[in-house]
Amino acid sequence: MHEALTVSAVASYLSELLEVHPLFGDLWIEGELSEFKRHSASGHCYFNLKDAHALLRGVMWRSDAARLAAMPKSGDHVLAHGRLAFYVPRGDLQIYVDRFVPAGAGLLNARFEELKARLEREGLFAAERKRPLPPRPRHLLLVTAPGGAALQDMLTILARRCPLVTVTVVPCLVQGERAPDSIVAALYQAYTLSGDLIILARGGGSLEDLWAFNDEAVARAIFASPVPLISGVGHETDTTIADFVADVRAPTPSAAAELAVPALAELHEQLHYTRLRLQRLVDQDLKHRRDAVQSAHALVERHAPRRRLARDRQQLDDLARRVLRAAHMATERRRLALQGLHGQLEALSPLATLARGYAVVRNARSGAVLTSPHEAPPATALRLTLRDGEVAATVDR
Amino acid sequence: MNEPTPVDTYETLYLRLQEVVAQLEAGELSLAETLKLYEQGTLLAAECQRLLDAAELRVQQVQVGEA
Repeated sequence: MHEALTVSAVASYLSELLEVHPLFGDLWIEGELSEFKRHSASGHCYFNLKDAHALLRGVMWRSDAARLAAMPKSGDHVLAHGRLAFYVPRGDLQIYVDRFVPAGAGLLNARFEELKARLEREGLFAAERKRPLPPRPRHLLLVTAPGGAALQDMLTILARRCPLVTVTVVPCLVQGERAPDSIVAALYQAYTLSGDLIILARGGGSLEDLWAFNDEAVARAIFASPVPLISGVGHETDTTIADFVADVRAPTPSAAAELAVPALAELHEQLHYTRLRLQRLVDQDLKHRRDAVQSAHALVERHAPRRRLARDRQQLDDLARRVLRAAHMATERRRLALQGLHGQLEALSPLATLARGYAVVRNARSGAVLTSPHEAPPATALRLTLRDGEVAATVDR
Repeated sequence: MNEPTPVDTYETLYLRLQEVVAQLEAGELSLAETLKLYEQGTLLAAECQRLLDAAELRVQQVQVGEA
C-alpha cells in the first residue's frame, strides 16, 4: 500500500501527464457540439463535444473565437483542434480548442487548411521569395519515386526537349506513413548535389496518396532549398502545400519537366542567331575597313606628287609656249623692220641712178666726189663710177 | 559531377561565343584581332552545333542515404 497522496498532488500529476503526452498537446477531435455558449462579458466560449458514447468539456478563448469565420452552434458536427488539459482547481478535463472546422470538410482538409494558413502567415508562400528558374539548367535533380511513372514521363520529356541537361534522380518514397521523412531526407540529400534546379514530383493519386506533400516538415524542407524548386505533384486539379512553397508550381510531373528545361530547338535557334550576328559583325567591320582604306587612298591621291608634277609640267609648257611665241613675234617684227629699211635703202641707193646712165665722178687721187668744175682743173685724174664698173679719165680743159 | 558534362561544355562554349560577339560589337579592334575573334567565334559556334547535334540525356541515380 502506497502512502496517501494529496488531491493537489494527484491533480498536478494528471495535469503534467497530459501536458507532456505527445498526442494531447496537438489533436483534432471530431464530435457534436452541445451547450455552446459565448460568455458575454469575457468573450470566451464554453461547450461540450460529444458523440454517441462520450462527452468532453471544451473551452475556446476569446482571441481564438475572434478568428472564427462563423460562430458554431449547438448541434453542429465539427472538427475541433486544440489541446487537452486538466483544469486543476475544478478537477475538469477540458479540451482547449483554438479552431473549429465543419466536420463535413473532412479531417485531412481541416489539417490542410490549418497548416496552409499557418505557413502562409509565416511567409513560406511569399511571392517575393519565389526565385526565377535558371534559363538553361545544367544539372537537374529529380526528387521522386525511382520506379514511378512520373519519373519515366519526366525522363521522356527531358530526353526529347533538352538532352543536354544532366539529370540526377534522388529517390524517395512518395506515399505512405514514411513518405514525409523520406522526402525530407531526399531533399536535403539533393541540396548537397550541386544541382541548379530541383523537381519534386509524384504522379496522380487520391487525396490520401498525395498527403505526404501536405506535410509540414516537407514544406519546411522545400522552403530550405538553396536552388529553385519546381513542384509537380498529382494531377492538374490537385494542389498541395508543397505547391505553395515551391518556387514554381507545375500541374503535373510532365509539365514540371517541360518548364525545367528549354527545348533543344530553342538552343539551336539561339545558336543560329548568334552565328548570324558574328558573321554580320565581321562583314560590317571589314566593310568599314575597306571604306576607310578607300577614303584614305583618295586623300593620298589628291596630294600625290605625280599630280603636282603634272600641274607643274603644264605650267611649264604654257610658259615655254609663251616664250616661243614672244620670241617668234620679236623676230618677225625685226624682219619686217629690216625689210622696210632695205626698201628705203634701195630707194636711196646711187646705184639705181647709175643704172639709168649717170656716173659718179671722183678725184682719182683723193677719192673725193666732184660736184663743181672748180674742183677739176685740166689734167686732173678722175675715176668715174658707172653701173657695173669704173672708168679712168683725165680732164682736158 | 567532377567531369564536365556536355551541358557545362555547351554553356561554357556558348558563353565564350557570346563574349566574342560582345567584343566584336564593342569595336575598336585591330584587323588582326577582329579576324582572330572571328575565327574563334566560328570554331566555337561549330563546336556548340556539334554538341547540340550529339546531345544525349545523361541520367544518374544516387543511392538512398548517400551524400
